[in-house]
Amino acid sequence: MSVTSASGNPLSVLKRHLHAACAATALLLGAGSVAEAADLNALIWCDHSDPALLQPFEEANNVKVNVKEFEGTGAGLAIVEQSQPGDWDVMVIDSIDVPRGVEKGLFEPLPEDKLPFADLFAQVKMDGSTVVGGKRYGITEKFGYNTIGFNKTKVDPADMQSLASLTSDKYKGKVAIYDYYLPVIGMAALAIGKKTADLTEADLPALKAELLKMKANAKLVGEVTASQTALATGEVDILVGGGEWVTAGLAKENPALDFSIPKEGAVLWSQSLAMFKDSKNKDMALKFIQYIMSPEGQARLATSSCYWGMPSNTKAALTDDQKKVLRFDEQPGFLARAQAYPAPNADLDKKMQDMWTEMLQAK
Amino acid sequence: MSASANNPQAGRALPWALVTPALGWTLLFFVLPFIAMGFSSLTAHEGGGFTLGNYSQFFTNPSYWQAMVNSLQVTAIVTVVSVLLAYPFAWILAEQVPERWQRLALMLAVLPFWTSYVVRSYSWLLVMAQNGVINRALTGSGLIAEPLQLANTRLATVTGFVHFFVMLLTLTIFANLKQLSPSYRKAAADLGAGPVRTFLHVVLPLTLPGIMVGAFLTFVLCIGDYITPQILGGNNELLMPQLVMMQIGRRGDFPLASALSIILMAVVTIAYLACARWLKIERA
Repeated sequence: MSVTSASGNPLSVLKRHLHAACAATALLLGAGSVAEAADLNALIWCDHSDPALLQPFEEANNVKVNVKEFEGTGAGLAIVEQSQPGDWDVMVIDSIDVPRGVEKGLFEPLPEDKLPFADLFAQVKMDGSTVVGGKRYGITEKFGYNTIGFNKTKVDPADMQSLASLTSDKYKGKVAIYDYYLPVIGMAALAIGKKTADLTEADLPALKAELLKMKANAKLVGEVTASQTALATGEVDILVGGGEWVTAGLAKENPALDFSIPKEGAVLWSQSLAMFKDSKNKDMALKFIQYIMSPEGQARLATSSCYWGMPSNTKAALTDDQKKVLRFDEQPGFLARAQAYPAPNADLDKKMQDMWTEMLQAK
Repeated sequence: MSASANNPQAGRALPWALVTPALGWTLLFFVLPFIAMGFSSLTAHEGGGFTLGNYSQFFTNPSYWQAMVNSLQVTAIVTVVSVLLAYPFAWILAEQVPERWQRLALMLAVLPFWTSYVVRSYSWLLVMAQNGVINRALTGSGLIAEPLQLANTRLATVTGFVHFFVMLLTLTIFANLKQLSPSYRKAAADLGAGPVRTFLHVVLPLTLPGIMVGAFLTFVLCIGDYITPQILGGNNELLMPQLVMMQIGRRGDFPLASALSIILMAVVTIAYLACARWLKIERA
């Protein structure tokens, strides 16, 4: 007969192991939270994850920047809602969506006197979105255009001066559409002579008709990587919604890629930096924003390996070649012809997305 | 004499102790999230009150409904084509390849599993692109004058899926064929059945459970996959997972995304019930 001692009882053994596992987990979590307190936690777009951008800041301030990438404001805000207050310090957000974060009580007003607002391109300050209730909650760090990206050896560059070319038979099957409904709906609005800021529900039928014409000419509707790859590999010759963010980063390998601001105009995109109200590291968060907005930080962000874009600071330390690729000197003219992203209310936003779904499903 | 025989209470507790981690895991990472998703699907995106609107949108918006039709069509095509390709492959491996080479042959057959799913999908995009391997070979050989549109189509999505699921089905069917006792075939031969008749009336019915298990796994994994149609389909039509993701990106409409996900799960459940009743796969 065998006798099982208390120490050998399977349940007791399991219980002891569980206690040990819980204790180890608690220690690990504790250590993790201490490490996080000394770090800067940033919710970002992919252009901020470039080591060439982050390392100089980390070394200068002896801090580790922990980044989490997200796509789309809704997904970003969901991450914040599922986190503990204070988990995040800074966030990159579509400038037009800064009010969404403010409404949720997430953001801290930014100290205007400590940031280079005077050096920004005037048109990209986006006060209508970044200032809420008289307080500034976001600072535009990068911008560009959703317009026509194209391969100038495959299409007639003169044609690219009009949005009508996108729906002409001449380029049937040679077109890709960037898969983001707001800017492309903005382009459709420009094509039918509407201002992006004035769009209402009554405009949806005409916009839908224009989108369907674009779709009929398109080979694909792709997100950032897919649409960029399609243009770069010659799968298509034109990208609706493309711009410097597609062509500039590929300029060395493929100098034939270019973008135009057609006579009807283009849609201006811009991304802002915001600081979280509950950040436990506000001094470091402000330093990070100051670094990104500095001439050096702006140059690095503008030429990030993920995608290029115009720095919002006119004093960005770009080389002459980089400025040429980004068409830096032409910006005053471009900005004068660009219109803001459509910024629909929640109801119109939903209807626009459903219209986009219909366009995607159209044969 | 065992300890549990001495202590009947401990004997009863042991199985529960062993099964508790799995139950806990299922409760934490399936049941509770599913309940949360159910609640979310009944909540209005704006305002947060109770609503059935998220479900009614699916049934009243033709674009949403179309996404389900597309998903079912693509999944059906992928499942049938994968079975048709995998069965002979598994049969050759089990019946024609010498026993000592079977392990190596099986390993070679599943080699593509070792590469990343995303990388494999992008590789297909490059193979099927306008300037890709297939079009270059066809235009170079003079068979066609203009490149075919292969990438960014339903054909590309189906090809990407089939490449993956043929391997999965091969494994399940191979295992089923290996379990089949040779005496069944001998008995059929003794009764005068030829090879074709033996296959159609003995081998195929006995391996149907393996086929159905593989086909069901293919169905479940295929209908819920986002990556392959997103990379290879060119968004020229939307499938259900893409429609779900669309609700989250900018607008963060988790209630509608939850409702669409539950509808998708209901379809998978119906498929399971159909398979389970028809072929009793739970006894496979």
